[in-house]
Parts: sequence; structure tokens; C-alpha cells
Amino acid sequence: MKGRPESLSQEVEQRPVVLKIDELTHFFASLRAVHDFSVTIKQGELVGLIGPNGAGKTTVFNVLTGVYTPTRGSIRYNDVELTNLPSHEIIQMGVARTFQTIRLFSDLTVLDNVRIAYHRHAGYGLVDSILRLPRFYEKEAEMTEQAQEFLAIFGLEERQNDIAGGLPYGLQRRLEIARALATRPRLLLLDEPAAGMNPQEIDELMELIRFIRDRFSLTIFLVEHRMRLVMNICEWITVMDFGEIIAQGTPENVRNDPGVIEAYLGRQAAT
Amino acid sequence: MQQLRKSNVYFIVGALALFVVIQVFLSVRIGGEPIINNYWRGIIFWGAAITIVSLGLNLIFGFNGQFSLGQYGFYAIGAYVSADITYRYVRGDMSALIVVIGGSILTLLLMWGVSLLLKRFYGVHVTTLFVSNLLATVLGFWLAVRLLVPLLGPVVSTLLQALPPGLAQQIVFFFALLGGAAVAGIVSFLFGIPVLELGSDYLGIATLGFAIIVFVLLNNSDTLLPFPEMKGARGMVGIPQWTTWPWVFFSLLLVILVMRNFLYSSTGRSIISVREDERAAELMGIDVGRAKILAFVLGSVFAGLGGGLRGHDMAFLHPSMFNVIQSLNPFIIVVFGGVGSMTGTILTGFGWIIFLEGVLRLYLPDGFENWRFVIYPMILVLMMLLRPEGLLGKYEIGFLRQRLPKPRMKSSEAGEEAAA
Repeated sequence: MKGRPESLSQEVEQRPVVLKIDELTHFFASLRAVHDFSVTIKQGELVGLIGPNGAGKTTVFNVLTGVYTPTRGSIRYNDVELTNLPSHEIIQMGVARTFQTIRLFSDLTVLDNVRIAYHRHAGYGLVDSILRLPRFYEKEAEMTEQAQEFLAIFGLEERQNDIAGGLPYGLQRRLEIARALATRPRLLLLDEPAAGMNPQEIDELMELIRFIRDRFSLTIFLVEHRMRLVMNICEWITVMDFGEIIAQGTPENVRNDPGVIEAYLGRQAAT
Repeated sequence: MQQLRKSNVYFIVGALALFVVIQVFLSVRIGGEPIINNYWRGIIFWGAAITIVSLGLNLIFGFNGQFSLGQYGFYAIGAYVSADITYRYVRGDMSALIVVIGGSILTLLLMWGVSLLLKRFYGVHVTTLFVSNLLATVLGFWLAVRLLVPLLGPVVSTLLQALPPGLAQQIVFFFALLGGAAVAGIVSFLFGIPVLELGSDYLGIATLGFAIIVFVLLNNSDTLLPFPEMKGARGMVGIPQWTTWPWVFFSLLLVILVMRNFLYSSTGRSIISVREDERAAELMGIDVGRAKILAFVLGSVFAGLGGGLRGHDMAFLHPSMFNVIQSLNPFIIVVFGGVGSMTGTILTGFGWIIFLEGVLRLYLPDGFENWRFVIYPMILVLMMLLRPEGLLGKYEIGFLRQRLPKPRMKSSEAGEEAAA
């Protein structure tokens, strides 16, 4: 789409491209959910995707993570084509995501939720676990310790043996992010992380998102509904409506874009 | 090494004590009749076999969340395959032993080769996976029939004749059980590749279809299949009665241990995560297809093992033992004992047979024995109304429970959390 404005620092321009989506189009039967969606995300950026309900934001994420195969278009992650790959292979390449509605493994403990995301790095096989060889104990302890470190970062350490489904809502959200990070991603997709949160929790969440980006040197692409969060933390914003991009730019540019105000902000300001 | 937990010690001591007590009751004779007579011996062995089969189903249904009604198909395969090996062996024919064991090994090697080959590609389609593994299986068993039987036949039979007959019998029985389990595993792998893509109810119908296919093929094993010794609908007679208490006990113990160690590992957790939320598991980088196949194959291997034990206890196999109504038994046991509880399955597996075939059959008044098939469904109805989560829910005895890791020493974050 449009080139970046001069105001963005040269430094960001020179970083390698992590994700490049080109003319992505997805149909549900004859309904065009996403049309000619293109976006380029560079390493370390925090990019927001906003738009009214039903604009196709979550569909973009679902296509990105292999839940749907797109009708047309290409998605290149670190120069590897992701379309047609099954989800788990995409995740194993270093993409992780959270969900709009919380999808924890709710009958399992908090710790197990994180350890499941670590599965790929377990470092022991079936034989080790069935025969309970020393390697099993060693790697399992290592894995548990790493998972506990993650929980500590998210303030969930005390709750490690609680059943995940019994946690308060805010903590479940945190656990979901912790679990996504445990897959050791380079690119994190957050699908409406602030859904159902009160203003204070949103402030904490913004802190957390900035913190994890720096701590794990992530690139973050987030879908959000809440303008406050997006305007505050994103460096670059893409606005969608009816499956199409209607504006792209820095938060200031987007805030003042007449098309966006009409499609989105105007309506929200009126209510 | 890890410290011994109290619950582990209790379990091991309890299990060994049970083993010794039953063995003593089976061998001590009072007035010419053992304390546990042949009838009750059959009941106990039957209960153990059903428990093994149901544990397999609990792995598939309770822990992996895949609704399978085909468990008795694999039970039947295990029973007939292992029975065929020993049936032919006692008649001086080593071919079944060599074909099943050699063929399984060749097939597994070929499948391994296929998986190495396919690993080079991303996003392999299910059809490719299925066809290549089917070819590997056909080739493996074809090679076993054409090459291994003429090559190894005389060698194996001389070797076995050189051994003392008792020892040779135990060795052949071991391989018969192994062979039954291996063939059940291979068939479930092939069947699982296309079918496990399906969602829950659809999978139920597909697996029910599998159980029916196995039943019909066994009913016509002398005409549709090249196995005249299985005698189709007349029933296979002349199987040696080789199942003994140590075989039953240690098979069950092995299954319990393997299942426990498997479940409480990283792979086991990935299998449980598929039950919890398949989409979320996939998006945590878990190969859901692989997890499902793994649970399905392991569950079917257990079923095959149970079949081998049952066949060599009955010394007789009939296809009607594996019909569609019967094939619901493991399912009932799993739901009754508690979906996702090994302890529940073990208790109910034994309890079911002892209650239904032991107590009710013996103690209902003459002419009323068949009322037991009315009594047990009534109990099922009551159970579902009063305790739908099953007898034990998700409860496990200490030995079968997951060990929860201790929290680390309190860090600054934990302190803040507590203060807030």
C-alpha cells in the first residue's frame, strides 16, 4: 500500500521485514471477508489492526495462522510462504497467537498450560517417558523450571497448581499470553487482548505488552477494538472496514483521517 | 534418581500382594478343587482383559477426547491374530508366527522410512500419508509371506524344538500376544490416518463402521479371508489354553505403567490438550494429527493385547463375542468408571465382569439369569441420572496421579502478587 511517512525514523526502515502480506483475499462461500489486504511489518514493530465489528480482522489472523487457507494472496514470514501450511507448522516457525475469546486448556493446571506450549522443546521422546529414563527427569525438571520462570514474569507463579479454568478473568488473559510466549515466538499476534477488561486492567495490559516486546524482542501485531490501547501503544496502525484497508499510518495520521473518523471513530464518539 | 513416593510403595506392595494371594488361591486345592475354581478364574481373567481394553479406550476417549466405538474391532484382531499363531504352532506350523512378527517388524521399518521421507516436505496431505503407509504395510507382509517364511521357517522350528517344550511354549505365547497387539496397532494406524481428521460424532460412526467390518470379516473368515482354521461363523476351536495368572497380572500391570508414564509426560500433556481444545492445541504448535494417531494406536495396541489374553483363556473364539452390542462394553465401562480416570476404569472393568457374569449369573434364581441384561442397563440409567461424571469422576489413586511440581522459592513478583 502507501509508503511510510518521512516522520518514521530511518532506523525502523532499515530493519528486516518479518511479515509481508500481499493482496490477501478470503471468501467464506460468496461472502468476501478480506479483500486485497496488504501489510508489511518490520522487526520489533508494534502494529495495530483496527476496525468495526465484522471488518475481517480476526479472519486475517485466522488465515495467518493456517486456520483457513486464503482464496488468494500470499503471506511471507521471514521469506517463507505460510499459505497452505498447517497451523502447527506455522507456530513452529515462530508465530504465536492468542484468541479473542479465551481458549485455555481449562481442566489442566496453570503450569501444564504453559508446559504444553513448550512441548516442541521438551527434549525427550516417548521411550524416555515410558521407561522413565534419567533423561526424562532431567529434561522435565528443566522444562518445569522454564515454565515457572514464565509464570513468574506474569505474576502467576503462586497459582501454578491451580486449575486454569478457575482463575479470575484478568489472570486467564495473562496466562493466555504467557502460554503463547512459551512457544518461543518471534512474531506475536494478539487478538483483542483487552476484550472485557476495565480501564485499569487495560493500563496494566499496555505495560505488559510493551514489556514483553522488549524482554523477548518480539514483533507484535495486534487486533483491537479499544482505541485507547491501540492509539497508545502501536507505532503503526492499519484500519479495516468491510474486509478492505481504508487507512494506514501512524496513530496521529489515522486519528485525523476523515475516512476512519466516518467509519469508526465518528460512530464511537457519538455513542 | 527420583525419590520413592509413599503412594508408589503402597501401590507396588499392594499389587504384589494381590498377585501372590490370587496365585495362592488358584493353586491351593481344598478337596480337589482350587479355592478360586475354574469358573471364577475365568471371570478374573476376563475382567483383566476387559480392563486392559477399556484402559486403551480411556486413553483414546477419556484423555484424547476422540469418540471411538471401534475398540472391540482391535480387540477382535488381537484375539484372532494371536490365536492363529499358537493354533498353528501347536500343529507344527511356524508360518503364522513368522508372518506376524516378521511382517510387523518389516512394516514398522518401512513406515519409519516413509516418515523420514515425508519429513522433508511441509504440509503433507492425508491421502499421501495414508497411501504410502498402506503400501508399506502391504509390502511388509508380502515380503514376510514370500521371503521370511521359506527362509526362516526351518530355522525357527529347529530352534523352538531344541528348547524345552515348556519354555518354547512361553516364548511362542509371548510373541503371539506381541503379534496380536502389533497387528492391532498397525491396522489402527492405517485406519486412523484418514478417519481421525473427523470430528467427534463422525468419528464415532466411522469407528463403529470399522468394528462392523471386522465382525463381518471374522464371520466369513473361511470364505472371504484365506484363514480356514478360523472357521468363520462356526467359531475357532482348538486354541491352546495358555493364559495364566502371571501373564494376566503382568500384562495389566504393564499397561497401567505404560499408560501412566505416557500420560504424565510432555507427549501425554499434548494429547490431553487436544481433548481440552483442539484448535488451541494446534496453535500452541502441537501436531494434533500426530497426537490423535499416537493415542489411537496405543489404545488399540492395548486392545490387541487384551484380545490375545482372552482368546488363550477361553480356548475358543467366536465372531459373536465381538458384535456391535458387545463393542459398546468398553465404552460403558469407561463412562461408568469416570471418563479420564484410570482408577475408575480398572475398578469398573473388574467390577463389571464380576458383577454381571459372576454374581448375577450365579445368584439370580434359576430361569432368571437373563434378567441381568435388564438389571445392568437399569444401573446405567440410574448412574447417568445420579452421577453423570462417572463413579470416580477424574479421581486417581496416589500412584496414578500426576505429581504436582512444588512452586519455586518466592520471587519478588510473587511477593507483589501476595501484597496486592
